[in-house]
Amino acid sequence: MTEEPFEPKIIAFLCNWCTYTGADLAGTSRIQYPPNIRVIRLMCSGALDPVYVSKALLEGADGVLIGGCHPGDCHYQSGNYKARRRIAILKSILSQLGFDEERIWLRWISASEGRLFADTVTEMVAALKEKGPNPLKGAWDI
Amino acid sequence: MIRTLIETGGNAQQTIHGLLRRLLEEGIVDALMVPQRVASDDNVVQTLVRDPAKLAAMAPLAPVIPVTAARLASNLTMTGVQERIGVVMRDCEIRALVELVKLQQAKRENLFIVGIDCLGTYEVADYADLSRQGVDVVAEALSQAAEGDPVPHAGASFRAACQMCERFVPNLADLHIGLFGMNPDESILVGASEEVAERLGLEVRPVPDKREQVIAALIEKRTEERDDAFAEFHRKVNDIAGLQAYLSTCIRCHNCMVNCPICYCKECIFRTPVFDHESERYQMWAARKGAIHLPTDTLLFHITRLNHMVTSCVGCGMCDGACPSNLPIAVMFRAIGQNVQAIFDYEPGRSLEEEVPVATFREDELEGV
Repeated sequence: MTEEPFEPKIIAFLCNWCTYTGADLAGTSRIQYPPNIRVIRLMCSGALDPVYVSKALLEGADGVLIGGCHPGDCHYQSGNYKARRRIAILKSILSQLGFDEERIWLRWISASEGRLFADTVTEMVAALKEKGPNPLKGAWDI
Repeated sequence: MIRTLIETGGNAQQTIHGLLRRLLEEGIVDALMVPQRVASDDNVVQTLVRDPAKLAAMAPLAPVIPVTAARLASNLTMTGVQERIGVVMRDCEIRALVELVKLQQAKRENLFIVGIDCLGTYEVADYADLSRQGVDVVAEALSQAAEGDPVPHAGASFRAACQMCERFVPNLADLHIGLFGMNPDESILVGASEEVAERLGLEVRPVPDKREQVIAALIEKRTEERDDAFAEFHRKVNDIAGLQAYLSTCIRCHNCMVNCPICYCKECIFRTPVFDHESERYQMWAARKGAIHLPTDTLLFHITRLNHMVTSCVGCGMCDGACPSNLPIAVMFRAIGQNVQAIFDYEPGRSLEEEVPVATFREDELEGV
């Protein structure tokens, strides 16, 4: 019996106005992309507390994708700029704690960019396959 | 700001007490928050005093911080008062207060900050022990002020945060009482605005050069100790297993958060039902992984607290003193905080004008994130 190939699990936090709608467009346009993401819709990337990104990674998610509107396009004016600072802080902290910050992707994808959404997921899955599973996967003592 | 010397006539403590009393008597402040000795004489507590006759047990130099004055100054001003309140603080408390003002948790305009050079502090229990043994730790500290390299009482140690503190001279005080490089038996330094100096009857006299030299030497020494402590932390914690080992005796009491002057949230996420999971969930998680750690989310608590407040961490070390397991929390926050703060060229407590990094943004920054 051969071992099953590694399929990364990605938790995606997508903003309602841009990236979630972009994902929707990818779907309605029947653009193919790997089924490795589990989407959580937020009203804004600026509404994402880093606690949820950390939780996903500590629980063994192989990657976290945060999708928001392009800079300047935030439905709430500046939520994505605030998200960018929070993710910069989170990445600095996690990398100082020896956790691979490259498992966290922050991307700006608009409602009309279904193709970009599909490409981003494809690219992220490939990058995570390269890295292998999150070393914390299955650890009980977190 | 006027900087001058005042003579102490052999008793620096009495001189400082007199100065603080005059703030009330002259009406420069309507009320004064100042530490006073408790009746058992083995601790000090902050007191809010309006009657100068109630200042008899004043102990502004007592080298101990049972509760950070920053948090208390927030309580005294946050919802608005008419009064001008004098608060006696060390620089770590002032810096925490600056952060709280910027986080809209305290009002600067109501406060008259009296900043005193800090000669180092003990943990509460250590201070109590020394007091019970009859050690006069204030006199000991004052006798070391001139040379400017304070050492703790034989057999005791200063708080870990103090040992690596390079910001012991108050920066943003309305009235500054300087001890480093002074001979407190003869004179101490006082800094104040012209108006306050006049009301206190201060005459301008030159400050000896020795003070700046002594301070520079101590900053250099402490910065080295700080950098060594940071390097030691990063050496120990270079992966998640290292962090687990570092925090292995954490009992998840949240005391570090409760005592942190920056952790002001009335409803911390870790004290809300977000982490009261449904009973069936635990079975689900245990089934998925085979076993889970209980209580859940201990590491997540510390990582989240880092995320939420490390940009404003002033390194006061109140978390260390609050930890029943004596975990070195403060050095973790300072070591990680230094690198996070550097992203935004931000130094907590440095200025009232700079916005806290999590409350603002720039359009052209962090392109690579």
